[in-house]
Amino acid sequence: MSFLTLENVTHHYFNKNNYTKALDDISFSVKEGEFVSLLGPSGCGKSTILSIVSGIMNQTSGRVLLDDKSITESELAIGYMLQQDYLFPWKTILDNVLLGPTIQDNVNEELKEKAKELLREVGLQNVENQYPSSLSGGMRQRVALVRTLITDPKILLLDEPFSALDYQTKLKLEDLVFKLLHAYQKTAILVTHDIGEAIAMSDRIIVMSANPGKISKTFEVPLELRNEMPFLVRRHPKYQSIFDKVWEELNKSETRTV
Amino acid sequence: MTVKGDHILFEKHIQGLKREKRIVFIWQACILVGFFGLWELASRMNWIDPLLFSSPTKVYNLLIEKLTDGSMISHTLITLFETLAGFIIGTLLGIVIASLLWSSPRFSNISDPYLVILNAMPKVALGPIIIVALGPGYVAIIAMGAIISVIITTIVVYTGFREVDPNYEKVLKSFGATRWQCFKAAIFPANLPVMISTLKVNVGLSWVGVIVGEFLVSSEGLGYLIVYGFQVFDFTLVMAALILIAIFAAIMYKVVERIEGWLIKHTT
Repeated sequence: MSFLTLENVTHHYFNKNNYTKALDDISFSVKEGEFVSLLGPSGCGKSTILSIVSGIMNQTSGRVLLDDKSITESELAIGYMLQQDYLFPWKTILDNVLLGPTIQDNVNEELKEKAKELLREVGLQNVENQYPSSLSGGMRQRVALVRTLITDPKILLLDEPFSALDYQTKLKLEDLVFKLLHAYQKTAILVTHDIGEAIAMSDRIIVMSANPGKISKTFEVPLELRNEMPFLVRRHPKYQSIFDKVWEELNKSETRTV
Repeated sequence: MTVKGDHILFEKHIQGLKREKRIVFIWQACILVGFFGLWELASRMNWIDPLLFSSPTKVYNLLIEKLTDGSMISHTLITLFETLAGFIIGTLLGIVIASLLWSSPRFSNISDPYLVILNAMPKVALGPIIIVALGPGYVAIIAMGAIISVIITTIVVYTGFREVDPNYEKVLKSFGATRWQCFKAAIFPANLPVMISTLKVNVGLSWVGVIVGEFLVSSEGLGYLIVYGFQVFDFTLVMAALILIAIFAAIMYKVVERIEGWLIKHTT
């Protein structure tokens, strides 16, 4: 059963002198609990898809359904994680984590405890009353993850959340996010330009091409890789063959546009 | 290098800093004493006309005399009140208008040319009109103090509002925040540093507005004393008023700096 469905979604960006077609006739669906990656060169509209699914932007045409309801009418919470943490520097870590509940006006003691619990779960102890400036990049991105999870979203949108981190931190965080999302059985869409990351984390990879943004091919990640931790997937014997296939597809779509 | 060796290096560094601070302070004190000393000397030796340029002792004696009989205190208090009122009204009004501009892009587009004109116009030139409209009293003077800072505050703060990283809004909107919630949670607090820096500029501007206002109408206040002293050729009085203005403007600036330190602890 499909949980999130995009039907013939097209999106244009307009400005004073010109317009660009960012997305052209995008259709795909995501099952509940599935982890899907959108992979493609910059400018292929990956992030635009996330903005539309999150309801921040309206598509020019087509339909987006979440649990059989239009995304704008859906009451289900959506979690959105960006490339950088965008923690508010003047708020404490706890206040940053409770940003969503504050907006939705349902902060209570129980939720505060849950926030601290989640912070501990991602390996951050006794940081509630500190300010973001005293934390490292990886720690800050973990706080941003907790901020996203605290509202108990039914679907998580991850917009290159690891790309601004150093390689070691990135690998560790991939494992952490993978573990948490599987433990809480979250549906997730990951936008990335890192083939290895897409294979390591997801069940399905949608490869896109640019100008205008289109789906060029969809890859199913072999079953053996899906339940492995991302770090171990990269060492799996089957990893290289799917990597090569995705690589080839990406190259093909690139030469088409160049 | 041992720990002890490291510690000695650190001590030396601290001593160097202290020494530099002392040298700067000595220079500052020398300039102050030198300025007043030279002024006194030049006046006594008739290098400058003592009738026009007075002398520090004369100014000091006048200040003591007028402060003890209370007349200077009332003048100072009136000017201080007008300046503070003008400063606060101008700044708050500027921030409110900037918020309105941010809340409606259409309103902002419509206002744009008028803001440019109002900003370019020398506000003190409006003095006579304000006095005719509000009557020659402290209301008109406060209006002068406010009007001189309100437009520039509006423009600077509004620009600040628009320069906030849109990704903060994106985070908030993903939680379903309304535009007003985005303003409260991100746009406004992110701009506290900008607002504080406009406060610093406005301290100086309000003094200009109020003193010019007092030049034009008033029968009391430090600006009035300057004009009065000029008319009766009592330059000792003019200098005394100037010194008081300098002292209080500096105090206001320092207070704003304190507020800044207190409000802005975590911005990066």
